[in-house]
Order: sequence, then structure tokens, then C-alpha cells
Amino acid sequence: MAVPILKQGPFLIASIQAALTDTDVLQLRDDVMSQVTRHRSRGIIVDVTALDVMDSFVSRSLRGIAMMTRLRGAETVIVGIQPEVAFAMVQLGMNFEDVQTALDLEEGLALLQTQEGPADGGS
Amino acid sequence: MADPDTPDGAPAPDTSAASALLRELVAHLRQNRTVLREEWARRITEAQLLTALTPEEIFSEATSVYDNYVEVLETGSVEALQDYARNLSERIIPRGVETDEVLGIVLLLRDVLARSLFEKYQDDFNRVLDVYEPAANRIANTVAINFVQERERVIRQQQEAIRELSTPVLQVRERLLILPIIGVLDGQRARQLTEQLLRGIRTNRAKVVVIDITGVPTIDSTVANHLVQTVDASRLMGASVIITGLSPEIAQTLVTLGVELGKVNAVGDLQGGIEEAERILGYQVSLGSDSIEDSQLR
Amino acid sequence: MAAEPEERIAIESDNDVVTARQRARELAAGLDLTSTDQTLLATAISEVARNITTYAVRGEVLLSIVRDAGPPVREGIRVVARDKGPGIADLELAMQDGYTSGGGLGLGLPGARRLVDEFDIETAPSAGTTVTLVKWSRAR
Repeated sequence: MAVPILKQGPFLIASIQAALTDTDVLQLRDDVMSQVTRHRSRGIIVDVTALDVMDSFVSRSLRGIAMMTRLRGAETVIVGIQPEVAFAMVQLGMNFEDVQTALDLEEGLALLQTQEGPADGGS
Repeated sequence: MADPDTPDGAPAPDTSAASALLRELVAHLRQNRTVLREEWARRITEAQLLTALTPEEIFSEATSVYDNYVEVLETGSVEALQDYARNLSERIIPRGVETDEVLGIVLLLRDVLARSLFEKYQDDFNRVLDVYEPAANRIANTVAINFVQERERVIRQQQEAIRELSTPVLQVRERLLILPIIGVLDGQRARQLTEQLLRGIRTNRAKVVVIDITGVPTIDSTVANHLVQTVDASRLMGASVIITGLSPEIAQTLVTLGVELGKVNAVGDLQGGIEEAERILGYQVSLGSDSIEDSQLR
Repeated sequence: MAAEPEERIAIESDNDVVTARQRARELAAGLDLTSTDQTLLATAISEVARNITTYAVRGEVLLSIVRDAGPPVREGIRVVARDKGPGIADLELAMQDGYTSGGGLGLGLPGARRLVDEFDIETAPSAGTTVTLVKWSRAR
């Protein structure tokens, strides 16, 4: 099932609605990369609020996507990790050290905006 | 009629003569029910047992126990007694009745009945004991075990409740949670703490959490790991963690255990931690409004 | 330990992995496992079941309710994830916790073990792999 990706100003928002299969993940990565390129997005929020389980596969995949978007100049922020899911993830040994996270969509957008820094007059 | 699996190991006489004798004993105990029950109640009061109950209550329970007792003697089955014992325990434990009281009254009843049987069957008392003892032992065992099991269940529940109460997650400022931990931490309590904190982060939309361990004397590797996991899990939810009150002893323990203290933002005391938290929160807020102004200027 | 009749879920695709863990969650909820414990169990199942789809093409997950007479009295979920795939050549390496992401050989086994109360694995090259997990309810 394709993950819907919305544009919000300079940012994108991808809301994951249900558990991701291998195919879904590849699809997500491709969609994210093409949208980031097309809109020259500065950041992307990946919302995992709906996920009741995040295993090592999903975690690794999201980290991979974050790495790739960074190469394109877009920062990825994962939002909406549920308390129990966070608990399970750290027990599993996954802690997203190099990927930014925020509580929810609102916080994620605020974080991205903070990192935008002063406006670049010359762009 | 005698039950082969008596816990005291006494051989159960399996003869029809024994059955006949047992029926006689049961009949005797039933006939003298009123007298013996009163005797028993008197001795309970004398021994100052069940002081938490009213005389009426003692009388009512005494009647049930007496009847159950005789029934076990008669049928050899403790099922009905078990149900009653569980039920009784559930009712009297909240009233503060102790294990020794429950055991005490059962042994008193056993004594009262034994004496009555002795009066009647003096010459034949050994045979009477052979029939009476195994059953009497089972009864005492059954009642005691059920009572203790129920007590243990209640104690576990209370411990759980205390644990919840003693680790409150406090919201003192917007987006700031404080978790003061007091007392010795074990693995289970540390886990519960983490769960409560993470739920608190979501409910209060916290951005900074201050965990104060001033009141924790020592921690072991399990708990140290939990602490680090708590920090990591909080970060996954977008909250940063400040640990305060880290005593030199605990800091040494953490170092010895190989915990990466660099990961942990530690500040001396709770007050300092709160100030640091406000700095973090304030800092982020002003940065945010700057960039909003900037984008408006464009 | 007494086990009740098992429920079998064939694992051939990622969707089956999701089915298995959701079914386990439902069973666990019925037994009074806390929400957190349900998530831990579901996550552990996700780890081991995905190994099946990734390395063994197909396998199965068997779920059953187990009872412990105690003390303390408690119930739990037992999960058996098995396949007839290539097996794990170096089990010791696979169970080593050298990495933060995935764990030994990328199979996620050391991590899965941390999530549950009992963990057992049998494997041999070309003979397949069977992983058994048990998650108990907190004592009542």
C-alpha cells in the first residue's frame, strides 16, 4: 500500500498508515526521493504514529531513507513513535542515533523550521 | 471413606470398620454441634483471636467452619472447604486478620473436637485417632495454604500500587517533566518507571525530562541499563533527558559497568537540572520565533 | 507447563508476518498481558518471522497459550517460529550482540531474546531453524 506524501511549504509529510512490507518500503523510498527532488524539499516528516510495532527491518529502512534524503539536502524527522514502541526499540537495540526524531507532526515541523536557520537571501 | 493422599503420610485405614467408625464420629460431632461450637467460640475469645471481628461475625464464621470441618471428615473431599477458605480469606484479610489467627482457630477447633471424641471413646481412642488425625491434618493444611496464598496475592497487589505511587511523573512547567526517584530500584520497578515516563512524555508533550536520582542509594547493572534505555527511548519520542542527583558512588558504578556517561546529560542537583531544562526550552522557543520573523520578512 | 491447542500461521510473505504478530497480540490481550508486553511480544515475532521470509522463503508460526502452576500462577504465550531453510551455520555468532542495529549477523536474534522471557533456538545447516519464545503475564 503506497504511503501518501503531502507537501507543506518547503517540507514533505509522509504518513505511514499500516505495517510496511518489503515492497512498501522500497516504494516509500522511491516516492520520497522523487518528491524531494521534484519539490527541492528541505525536510521530510515521516509519521509512524499508526505503527504498533517497529522491528529492526522497519527501523533500518527508515534510517536508510533518512541517509538518502540527507544526500539530497533534505533532513528527515521521524515522528509519532509510541511509548511502547520506543520501549521495544531500545530493548531491541535500535536507537536511531543518527536520525532525528520528534514527538509528533507539530513538533517535527517546528524542529525542521528551527533548523532552516536564517533565510538565505541569495537563493 | 478415608483419603489415600493425606499429606502427613499417615496410613489411612481402608477397612469397612474404619468407615463405620468414621460415620459414628461424624454423627457424634453433628449431634453435639451446638455445644462444641460454643466451646470453640469461647476458646477463640479466650485466646484473643479474631479480635478484628464482632462476636456475631465470629459466631457466623464459626458455624461455617464447623460444618465444613465435619463435611471434610465425612466425605474426605476438601473441595468445598477450599472454596470456603478462599472466600473467607478474601473477606477477613482486609479486616486485618493475621495468618496465626486463622491457623490458631483451626487448631483450636481440632482440639475441641478431639477432646470431645476422647471423652466418648476413651478406651478406643487410638482407633479414633487413626481415623480422625489424617483428616484433621488435611483441614488445617488446606485452610492455612489458602489463607497464605490469598495474603500473598494481596501483598503483591499492594506492592504494585505502592510502586506506582512512589514514582510519580510530575509536570511542573509546560513541556517539562520531572521524575523524582526515591528508594532502591529493582529491575521491575525500573521498568515500570520507564513505561510511566514514556506515557507521560506523550500525554504532557514533554520536550525535556529531568530524572532525579538523589534519593537512590545504589544501582546495579540491570537498573543502570534501564536508565540508559530510558534516556534512549525518551529521545526516540523527541524528549531530551537530564539526570540529576548522580552521586559519586553511582557515577563510579556506571563507569565500572561501562555505561557511556557521555550519552547522559548529567547535572548536579535537581534545581540545576530544572534550570538547564528551562534553558533548553527557552532557547528553542526563541530560535523558533526568530525564523518565523525571518520568513515573514522575505 | 501445560499448552493449549496451537494456532498455525503459514509464513510466506510480509503480510503473514503482520498477521502472526497481530494474532499473538490478540491472544496476549486475552491473557491480561500488559500493553507493553504485547508490543514486546509482537516485535519479537516480527523479528524472527521476518528471518523466515528473508532467508527461508517459507515457514510457519505456531501460537499457543501456556500455563505455569507456579508459584506464582501465571499464563503466557508460546511462539514457535520454524522453517526448513538453510539454517544458521554459526549460531554463536548469530547470538552475539555486537551491533546496535540488528544484532549478530543481522538476524536480530539477541534483540528478540531481550524482548521475551524464554528463548530457545535449534538450527543446523540445511536442516532449518526453530525458534521458541515465551512471554509470561506478570504474576497475578
